[in-house]
Amino acid sequence: MSTSSSEATPANSSRPAALSVRDLTIAYHRKPVLWNVSLEVPRGALAGLIGPNGAGKSTLLKAVVDMVPRISGEIRILGRPYRAVRRQVAYVPQRESVDWDFPATVLDVVLMGTYGELGWFQRVRQEHRRRALEALRKMEIEHLAHRQISQLSGGQQQRTFLARALVQQADVYLMDEPFAAVDASTEAAIVRLLMELRSQGKTIIVVHHDLQTAAEYFDFVILLNLRLIAAGPTKEVFTRENLQKTYGGKLTLLDEIGEAMRRGEQGG
Amino acid sequence: MESALVLPEGNALLAQSSSPLWTALARALTLQDYNTRVVLAGTLILGLACGLLGVYMLLRRRALIGDAISHAALPGVVLAFLLSGDLGAEKSLGWLLLGASISGGIGGATVLALKQWAGVRDDAALGIVLSVFFGAGVALLKIAQHLPGANPAGLEGFIYGKASLITLADVRYIAWTTVVVLVVTVLFEKELRLLCFDAQLARCQGWPVGLLDGLLLAMVVVVTMVGLQAVGLILIIALLIVPAAAARFWTDRMGRMLWISAGLGGLACSIGTLLSASVEKVPSGAAIVLTACTFFGVSFAMGPKRGVVWRWWQRVKQRLAFDEQHFLRALFELLEASNTVPAHLHDLHHVAPIALPAVAAQRHWSAVRTRWLARRLEQRGLIVLQPGDEVRLTPRGMIAAARAVRNHRLLEIYLLDRAQAPVSDVDREADFLEHGLQPEHLAELSGEIATGDRPDIPPSPHELPARDEDN
Ligand SMILES: Nc1ncnc2c1ncn2[C@@H]1O[C@H](COP(=O)(O)OP(=O)(O)OP(=O)(O)O)[C@@H](O)[C@H]1O
Ligand SMILES: [Mg+2]
Repeated sequence: MSTSSSEATPANSSRPAALSVRDLTIAYHRKPVLWNVSLEVPRGALAGLIGPNGAGKSTLLKAVVDMVPRISGEIRILGRPYRAVRRQVAYVPQRESVDWDFPATVLDVVLMGTYGELGWFQRVRQEHRRRALEALRKMEIEHLAHRQISQLSGGQQQRTFLARALVQQADVYLMDEPFAAVDASTEAAIVRLLMELRSQGKTIIVVHHDLQTAAEYFDFVILLNLRLIAAGPTKEVFTRENLQKTYGGKLTLLDEIGEAMRRGEQGG
Repeated sequence: MESALVLPEGNALLAQSSSPLWTALARALTLQDYNTRVVLAGTLILGLACGLLGVYMLLRRRALIGDAISHAALPGVVLAFLLSGDLGAEKSLGWLLLGASISGGIGGATVLALKQWAGVRDDAALGIVLSVFFGAGVALLKIAQHLPGANPAGLEGFIYGKASLITLADVRYIAWTTVVVLVVTVLFEKELRLLCFDAQLARCQGWPVGLLDGLLLAMVVVVTMVGLQAVGLILIIALLIVPAAAARFWTDRMGRMLWISAGLGGLACSIGTLLSASVEKVPSGAAIVLTACTFFGVSFAMGPKRGVVWRWWQRVKQRLAFDEQHFLRALFELLEASNTVPAHLHDLHHVAPIALPAVAAQRHWSAVRTRWLARRLEQRGLIVLQPGDEVRLTPRGMIAAARAVRNHRLLEIYLLDRAQAPVSDVDREADFLEHGLQPEHLAELSGEIATGDRPDIPPSPHELPARDEDN
């Protein structure tokens, strides 16, 4: 909530980080769900946001896009407050956050991604329609463009949401569990999309639950459990010890995680 | 003391309708009375506005807030009546509506505030506001009725609706309100759509979500107030919800839903008004709402998008189409079995006849069903029924049958090859799948599958009942 953007730029770098969070504390009904979180995600990172259920992962993403009030702390995106960079940020909420029975087609939903660049009273134009179809093509659901959204499978809903984010042509993407309950081919399509976005220099932060694939997909990892456990390049941060701290206490789980990491090291 | 709310002589429809029902209905329908025309115009445009707004409230999941608002209007109306009585001022409609708007608005805002800040759940917040305000209203009404010199008879019209009291001035209020709703609908089409579907995204993109919600709420308050006269505060909520809910059965697009809902609202209001004008003692509110509910019932049954009867009919039609295809295929396969498939196009006029019982046996159908299907196919010119319980494929029928067989077998081969389906299943699965085949699938299938020496119709990949090899 500060005024000018220049004063917030970290002194040690000429280019501000894609996301920088300082001393962030958030509470719902006075129960803190994020404590003093500070982290920086460099530009061009494909970052996994990892932690157990209720760790505050969704809350952190919502805080970044100013959707939950914060008690304290400061968040900068590309060195500026969210209000100033709305159009450079695309937030993909969890699928369940909308009513899929709404009377709209897939194309209608994807077009909503372009509303942000339109002013009051302006209608979508041919150019927006073209871009929306292009985004659908990228998500391989072009043939569903005119399908009523209540007739989509879970994976198709997820692809629709991702297409809606794509059409915004943002620089920073925040995705809340895009891999939840999708089949292998959708997961592969999403991974291809993530890789492509990264190769274009975009920054992507993805809430992810599958530790087995985390090391493979992400080059940057944020481990969260009410507090920040660790954030940094996957190689340094995604260690057994850190995971133990994140998922603390659940010993059987830790064995699985150890196993996953072993396999992850083999794969990557 | 005369109140403006009491029927002036000769200005009301109900006062005159002592004549039998039919004459009254005829009078109403032919719009002979000036008053009927005024009332009809008023309710019609009110229905339009309610239909439009209802779609937003429904899709924004705020449908019931209209109920809280309208019930909360009662204490405002009665208070305004009492105050203006005390002041000796004329009890004009304007004052009463002002009172209604203020208390209705407070009621709606209270619901939102309870939800937002006190963490009370939606339904509980609605229940609290609705009962507290309405209770207060009823208490005040009792007081008003026992006040010496006051004549609160007209107030009842606000509760149950008395469209016959609508005057030209009221129509003007309603018309302006409707114009505002229309303009907002057209101008803010994009913004309101986004708000209703995904308010989170709207907020992320920087749209003033609170303001847009406020705009919707304000319009609901105003429409509710101008609608109180016609429909009454108990039933106006139905006019907001029912046309919108009915419209959903007819379309899957929000734009169309808006206009369908507006149309249904307007129609329900006009029909309801005419009904109540012709049947003595039926309040207009009830008549309007019952008409709207009838529309809902019809939509629920017949609506092409979700209507139950419609969907059932679609299934029946689909099954019929399946059966006809199966019938044709059975004929072709029986011809194959007796080695009498015509080899050339000019032989199509001399296709061998086939006994209906053989078809029935092939498909495991009853004789009745087989004959019934045969009649349908005959009507479509695909087969001819012959004496002796036999049918013969016409040239068109032969082509259709060959196509059905080809599709079926291509699919079977595909299922065997690619999907590794067991032989025992492919026939049944292909039976079902073939009906979903689209031209592009066919192109893919016939491109993918080498079809041997009969490029058009591959031989069946499994044993057919009593099938002779080779042809
Ligand atoms: N709207 C809300 N009101 C009150 N408490 C909330 C709300 N949203 C989340 N919480 C609480 O905040 C905590 C963090 O929730 P959050 O949704 O951020 O977790 P998460 O890490 O995304 O979990 P999951 O893996 O289950 O999605 C949880 O304890 C949850 O109960
Ligand atoms: Mg979550």
